[in-house]
Amino acid sequence: METALVIAAHGSHLNPGSSAPAFAHADRIRATGAFDEVREAFWKEAPAFREVLRTLTADEVYVVPLFISEGYFTEEVIPRELRLEEWDIDAWDSDGTSANHATFTASDVDARIHYCGPVGTHDHMSDVIVQRAASVTDDPDVGEGVGLAVVGHGTKRNENSAKAIEYHADRIRGRGRFAEVQALFMDEDPEIDDVTDHFASDDVVVVPLFIADGYHTQEDIPEDMGLTDDPQSGWETPATVGGKHIWYAGAVGTEPLLADVILERASDAGASVPAEGLDGTPPMEDAA
Amino acid sequence: MNDEQFAALRAAAADGIDTGWLTATSDGDGFDLEVPDATYHGLTERELREAARRHREYVTEWYFWAELAPDAPDRRAFLQWLEAGDDQTVAERRDRLTDGVVREWGQLRIRVQTVEVGRRAYEVRHVDDADERVEGLDVHTDPLDARDIAKSDDDGRYRPLSTAPTLQSGWVFVDLTPAEVVRTVDTFYPATIANWHREREGELDVSHWRETMARQTGIYGVVETWDRGEGHDHVEWVAEACCADSQCLKRREWQYDGDTDLDADGGDGVFPCREPCSLVVSAARRWTRLEGEQPQTYEFELTPSEKEQVEAIVDAVADGRVDEIREGDFRDGANRWRARYLRAKRMPDGDLCGVETERDDED
Repeated sequence: METALVIAAHGSHLNPGSSAPAFAHADRIRATGAFDEVREAFWKEAPAFREVLRTLTADEVYVVPLFISEGYFTEEVIPRELRLEEWDIDAWDSDGTSANHATFTASDVDARIHYCGPVGTHDHMSDVIVQRAASVTDDPDVGEGVGLAVVGHGTKRNENSAKAIEYHADRIRGRGRFAEVQALFMDEDPEIDDVTDHFASDDVVVVPLFIADGYHTQEDIPEDMGLTDDPQSGWETPATVGGKHIWYAGAVGTEPLLADVILERASDAGASVPAEGLDGTPPMEDAA
Repeated sequence: MNDEQFAALRAAAADGIDTGWLTATSDGDGFDLEVPDATYHGLTERELREAARRHREYVTEWYFWAELAPDAPDRRAFLQWLEAGDDQTVAERRDRLTDGVVREWGQLRIRVQTVEVGRRAYEVRHVDDADERVEGLDVHTDPLDARDIAKSDDDGRYRPLSTAPTLQSGWVFVDLTPAEVVRTVDTFYPATIANWHREREGELDVSHWRETMARQTGIYGVVETWDRGEGHDHVEWVAEACCADSQCLKRREWQYDGDTDLDADGGDGVFPCREPCSLVVSAARRWTRLEGEQPQTYEFELTPSEKEQVEAIVDAVADGRVDEIREGDFRDGANRWRARYLRAKRMPDGDLCGVETERDDED
């Protein structure tokens, strides 16, 4: 029996870097040899979701959406374009952040398709956010006396968009590692513009829960937070805003540890993957 | 023929081999072997080995397809297509492959050559680099390197459409295995092998304009409203604008709908396009909005040459010729100084001939 992993990402007609996280994570997973084939597929680039399955020879295909939240892409676009004719949103039995996986056939190939929830709502994503905070501050133990802002796009069109951000903010807060943890948004309250109002700590790490670096993470958010007037010319890390130090990390989707989340999604759906993840360490456990 | 190849032949004979030019079977009475110029019955293993050595060009050829080539039908068909020629016999093909066989797939130039008996090596490079020495090119061996090469054109601009005829040159993939050449080609031009094969098998699932637009939702759902039952000229224009060979190397097989073909040229590409791609859908969304506007009557005053110059500028942009127009070529209406002069004279405030744009929907 041959297995394949498809990393289903958005891609872009304008930004060449949009596909970079999908490529990088696919390469890390290829190196494990866990799957006979690993393929990146895109909404805006090639291979399209519509045509990716026919490029594979595997009998069992695990599809992991490289998206942050459950919503339009994971519930409508990807299943439709993959031709999972039997798809029904109830198959995931999700409360908005708890999608796991469901198995279907696609109408243009013979393989069994294990359609997984997005990386963004997997529990292990909390670890990736913490890891991101550690990398941007260059402090593996970062947390004490430090505030953490988990930043999402937020959109009034999809309540699950904010749920995914709040879910991880709540989980990380529950661990007690950071002095404060807040979920903030670009397009809804509480807004990222007022980042310093939401924290008492002098140091605040800001981790945007986005897959790829692009306009939002490299221009909108830094400018909205007041890190710089001219995002093109960059900003200090940390930058001083309203007397506080703001440590701003790029999109969490570029964090190498995210490849582990993709593997775990596939593993949850029955794929045989390395037991200890890519870096040889088991995922962090939640505080009891 | 080496021991490994013979061992594979002997083992496979138990299940029976029949390629059309090599059959081999075994039963209690020994081995039977048949090749175009000889037939053997009841061979012992030692006799089979001797016969196989005598006819090794067939055995090694069988071994390549049985053991080295991928077993997916589309990938095998592609590899066979790569080395196809007019020759009818294994011997003729062997001679040709010894010299090397070249085929083109979009802007890829793919060469297959026998490097040792029964083994092929594949090379992929840009068609424009056909005569370059390998030493003069960036040498790659990992098929996935094609992802980065395909990302930008020779000027470093992003290529969102993988099958646009703007692939950069200056690289070569060498010494690829059968699986690797397939992977390389499918990385430059994803899914083209699978769709090409489906078409050859009469199974290409074409999704025409109307059904593709009807499938769209979200911000693209609006494109369906562009089809107002008033003909399909707009789709002709889309196909002419986006799908000509000058824009995309896929051969457009989708039409307006299953009953209504488009007159626009679908191109001569070797691999088919089975439905409007995401770029076409995205552009169509923009046109749906723009084409909702009603025409207005404007009055402009231009000299005959100025009118022709406006046409020349549109042509130059549409044909991607802007960068080729020489600084000092003032005969060309799309020359930069000519265009700047026209702007200074006829658009001093931005409006063509000072005529304001009239919009019904303006606040």
